[in-house]
Formats: sequence, structure tokens, C-alpha cells
Amino acid sequence: MVSRREFLKYGLGGTAALGAATLAAGAGGQISGHAPASSGLGHSVMIPKVPRTLGDFNPMAFLTSFDYGRVQRLSDGTTLREYRIVAQDKEIEVAPGVKFPAWTYNGTVPGPTLRCTEGDLLRVHFTNGGSHPHTIHFHGIHPANMDGVSEIVPTGGTFTYEFHAEPFGLFLYHCHVMPIKAHIHKGLYGAFIVDPAQPRPPAREMIMVMNGFDTDLDGENEFYTVNGVANYYAAHPIPIKAGELVRVYLVNLTEFDLINSFHLHANMFRLYRTGTSLTQYEYTDTVMLCQGERCVLEFTYKYPGKYMFHAHQSEFAELGWMGFFEVTNSTGVV
Amino acid sequence: MTRTQLRLALAFLLPLAALGILVFFLLNRGHTLMGSPVPPVEKLTITRALFRPQAIEVRVLNNGPIPATVAQVMVNDALWEFSAAPSATLPRLGQTVITIPYPWVNGEPHNIGIITATGLKFQKQVEVAALAPSPSLRAFGFFALLGTYVGVIPVLLGLLWFPFLNRLGEHWFDFFMSLTAGLLIFLGLDALKEAFEVSGRLPDLFKGVAIIAAGTAGSFLLLIAVSQKLSKRLTGRSAGFLLAYMIAIGVGLHNLGEGLAIGAAYVLGEVALGAFLVIGFTIHNTTEGLAIVAPLTQSKPPLRHFLWLGLIAGAPTILGTWIGGFTYSDPASVLFLSIGAGAIFQVVREVIRYRARGTPLLQALGTPVNFSGLLCGFLIMYVTSLFVAA
Repeated sequence: MVSRREFLKYGLGGTAALGAATLAAGAGGQISGHAPASSGLGHSVMIPKVPRTLGDFNPMAFLTSFDYGRVQRLSDGTTLREYRIVAQDKEIEVAPGVKFPAWTYNGTVPGPTLRCTEGDLLRVHFTNGGSHPHTIHFHGIHPANMDGVSEIVPTGGTFTYEFHAEPFGLFLYHCHVMPIKAHIHKGLYGAFIVDPAQPRPPAREMIMVMNGFDTDLDGENEFYTVNGVANYYAAHPIPIKAGELVRVYLVNLTEFDLINSFHLHANMFRLYRTGTSLTQYEYTDTVMLCQGERCVLEFTYKYPGKYMFHAHQSEFAELGWMGFFEVTNSTGVV
Repeated sequence: MTRTQLRLALAFLLPLAALGILVFFLLNRGHTLMGSPVPPVEKLTITRALFRPQAIEVRVLNNGPIPATVAQVMVNDALWEFSAAPSATLPRLGQTVITIPYPWVNGEPHNIGIITATGLKFQKQVEVAALAPSPSLRAFGFFALLGTYVGVIPVLLGLLWFPFLNRLGEHWFDFFMSLTAGLLIFLGLDALKEAFEVSGRLPDLFKGVAIIAAGTAGSFLLLIAVSQKLSKRLTGRSAGFLLAYMIAIGVGLHNLGEGLAIGAAYVLGEVALGAFLVIGFTIHNTTEGLAIVAPLTQSKPPLRHFLWLGLIAGAPTILGTWIGGFTYSDPASVLFLSIGAGAIFQVVREVIRYRARGTPLLQALGTPVNFSGLLCGFLIMYVTSLFVAA
């Protein structure tokens, strides 16, 4: 006889169809928007609750944390900055309730945001406490033996990277051991800021590292985040003030997907590609970055209120890359 | 209790006690026996997705070796809020119902994904989203109508061949009985095929093939026992009566399974209704009535018997669509389909035996008349199935 499923695909017709039509009648309203207040149409309803800290990681604190290192003034007037970075295997929480067996620098994904000024002498003391060999590969200008490609640090090993910070701009660092795809998507990366000798104008500064997590290890990301936790800044809007200059250091370290993007709502930003120039590249509200690309954004909100920012790939946005700025006026009223 | 009874009881309990000690030992020391343990992998299966007004209701089964927690839910690659009852954590073999307030789109495919606490993702693809019927009076009526169209009416129509068969005369009797056997074999194989198809989407845990084997063999053997009890007391004309009822019961059990699959498929969103297919099915299932009525020729049964035969064979379709539509479970569907298959095969055996009158089964089939009847039976089923196969 005939497969019942085929049969049903093509239908029963006549009277039966009438019955089905009546049964399905309610469904039409789903699209046309007669949704009751309790429906999932609003973003605030859709976004899962996210705790303020996940384990010992607080993305709100991470947002404005910059590691300037241990500072020493050398006899020739050069500033020496020393950083300590330890690679360690650690289970982190990338979305509420979802654990990911990460490889981390200093226990967080992304790793600490290293910051210095152009011309500084940097010494990065790296210890590999992880179960696999790792390195740190910095972007920027430095000698070949400081590039973190050939000098592979075995488990338990150490290495000190030493170079002068040049040029100024926004960079990144990541592990460069093969298979690189695995070492990056497991979490070994972070942002690296080299400030110009003549500092940028004072602003409220924050770091945003765009990334993804492939929790079931099938070569596709299940979650997209800024700074490591899906939907964190959607659940906990970032407080800023109207009229205040905001500077975002934006880095794309998303693995598996070719590009990621940043879109700011109800505003425009000045875009400084790679942060290597103090002249703006563009005045826009959306920027697209390839994996490893980064840029500096500057903007000021005119009106108080709650404004969204997110990847303009809707899929990434709805898989966790979404956030809000909560803009208050100078008196603190929204 | 006498000493012998006590000894018997002890003899029964001895292996159980030994087994208990072994299990206890393995539970406590097993990990040292097996060496370094590789962590077992979670496994969740979405067994059913129902589309409610402004929400999707998903039934999840833990058919893995360890407890698992549903941490995040996504619909069409978007994270969505959800609630789980009784709990988002499922013990081994545990079930939970997850409700997602998602504004689904009628008639479109939807992909539902659940992510466990360890980051594993399990998905279910629904081809066509359609509002699930809730057990209201109207839905009951709708399914009854569906079952009547697919099951009852075609069978009754087929019974109308009785006057024709009756006028043909004795020499055609063998032919039509073999034809009946052919129709039924086709039906039985179809039920088996359907059972295997549904069992293919069952979680391994349920051992679908074992259910099919048990259901088929069980109903086959049970009906043999019943028919042997009854046929001892019946001869001649009443034996034809009995056979007609046996066929009706077999077809009825088959139609129960078929109804189950129809109701379930409707709810699972594999349905888009159209006029063409109900026509095809009506034509196709009419042959079931022909099969029932064949052994009644050369007798003059009162009219009420036809009504009874039609209801026994057709009405289970309605019952099936109710069960399938409102409480659908794949394992039950497999079981009923294989029970139907077993019943049909037993009836085939009865049909062939009825004509054989002592000659071995295969020999009876070997005559040109019987053989061509059998082939015609297959052919009719095959051709009418083309109407539905679209």
C-alpha cells in the first residue's frame, strides 16, 4: 500500500480539509501580529536571563579592564612593562548553564586586554599550564623569534616575549600552534592595545572582543558573544552618559565564520580602522570585520534611553551577539 | 510451605541473589575494573514537537547513559527563552516537556535545537508547522471524519461486491479466494514496511525491531489459537462466516495501526491537506472490503452481518487516529502496526487453508487458478496504490 506520510503530505481533501482549516485557523494570526502581550516577539522577552558573574568571570568588569603590566622606568627613559600570562585548561560558562571546555590565557576567554604605549619595551612572561603545547603570537612589528610561531612552548614550559611596542593601534594576540583553528576556537586569544604617544582624547573606553563558541565541536558555532558570554550585555546593559565620548576597541576573533560585524542603534560612530591613524576612516553605524581584523569606534549619545548594539548578521545576533547601552543624562535619569 | 516448596523457591532465588551481589560489586568497584573511564556522552531526543498558539511544546527523552540538563533552546538558529516541566534536568530514561514561547509561522519548516549543559546540541526538524489539535470535541469529530473517509467508507463500498461474487458461481470461488490472499499479503507487507519505517526514527533504546518481532509473532500466534478453538465447532457455511470475520478482524487491526500513523503524522506537521489523496485512498482501501466478502459467497448472510464486518474492519481507523492524534508515541505506533501485520498474515494463512482442505498450503497455491488469483490480488493493490503514491 501507500506510505501514510506521503499520503498525508498531499492531503485528505474535501471535508477533511475543511476540518483542518478550522483547526489551523488560529495559526494565521501568528504572522499578522495579533500576538498577546505574553508572546515572544519582544527582545526583552526572548533574551534568557544571564547572571552578573559566571563562575569567577564578570564580563562587565572585563569590559573596562586593561592590563598595563608591571611598570618600570629604564635608565634610558624607556618604559618597561612586564606581563604574566598563563595558559590553562578551564571549563567556562559561555551561555547560562552551558559549559565549554576552554583553553584560556589567565583563565578567561577572551584573555586579558594588554595595554601599553608606543615605544614601550614589553616583556611578556608566558607559562604553559595547559595540556597542549601553546604559544603567544602578537600582531604588530617585532623580530621573527618573538613572533610565537616557531618557539613552541610545551606543557609546563615558559617563554618570555620581548619587543618594543610599535606602531600604535589596536592589535590582538593568539596561540599559533597547529591546528590553529582548534587553538583559537578553544579560546586562546585576547586584545592588545598600543596607545599613541600623544594620547587619544579622554573618553569612556571599553574593549569588545567578538567571538563564537562551538560547544558541540562540530565545526560550527552554537553561540556568538562579545567578551565571552552570550547575551550578557543584553541582560546587563552597559551604563553610559549622554554627551559622554565613548570609545570602543572592537576586535574580531570569531572562528569558523568568515566575518563578524558591529551595528550601533540610533547613532553614528567615527571609525578608525586598526586604530593606526588618528584620522577617521569613515562616519557610519555598521562595520564589518574579517577574522583577526579590528577597529576603534568613537561616538556620543545625544538622547538618554536604551540603545541596542549587535552583529548585523541577524543569525549571530540571535545566537547571543546582542547588547544594550543604557544612556542616562548627566543627572542620572534615564 | 513444605520443604520441597521452600527448596524450589531457594533454587529460584539463588541466581538472582548472585546477580545482585555482582551488580553491587560492579557499581562500587566497576570503575577500577574498566580502567580509566572515558566520560559517557549525553544523548537527548526530541520525540515530539507540538505547535500551540504562540508557543512550541517539545517533548524530550533522555535516552543516553547519564543524566542531562537542557541549558539553552534555539528555534531556527535563534536562542529563545523556555520553560521545562517537570525539570530541565532529565535522569536517564526521563522525559520532560519544554515550552518555547516562539511566534512560529504557520506552514513553514521549523528547526528546534536544545543545548545541554556540556554544550551538545540535539535538533528536530519539523517540515510543516501546523496548530496541534487539542482534545476538543471538534478535534475528535475531525479525526473521526478522517478515519471514516480513509477506513470505514472504503471497506463498506468494497462489501458491495457481494452480489457480484455471489452470481459468478462456484468455479470462480477459488480464484477470488486466492485474490483475497494476494490483497492481504500486500496489506501485511505494507504494515510491516510502515512499522520498520517508524521504528527507524525511534531512539535505539526502544529496540524497534524487537517490538516488531514481538507484535507480529504475538498477534499471529494468538489468532491461530483463537481460530483453532472456534473452527472446531464450525463447518461448511459457518466456516465461511468465521473466515470473513477473521479477515475483518485482521484488516481492522491493520487499520488501527494505519489510523495511528495518520493521526500522528497530522499532529507532527507532515500534513498538507488536499482533495486528491482522499480519493486515492478511498479507491485503494475499497479492496479491503472485497477481501472480507469473498469467503461469504455461496451463503446468504443477513444484511446486518455486512454492517458488522464493515465496522470491525473500518472503525479501528477512527480509534487509531484518536490515539495517534492526541497521545501519539512512536513505540506504540510500531507495536500496533506490527500487531496488524501479524494478524493479516494469520488471516492469509486461514484463507489459503480454507480452500486447501487438507492439501499442503504451497501445493494449493500451485494450481493455475490460485496462482493467477494471487497475482491479480497483488496487481490490484499495486495499481490502486498508484492513486495514492502521488
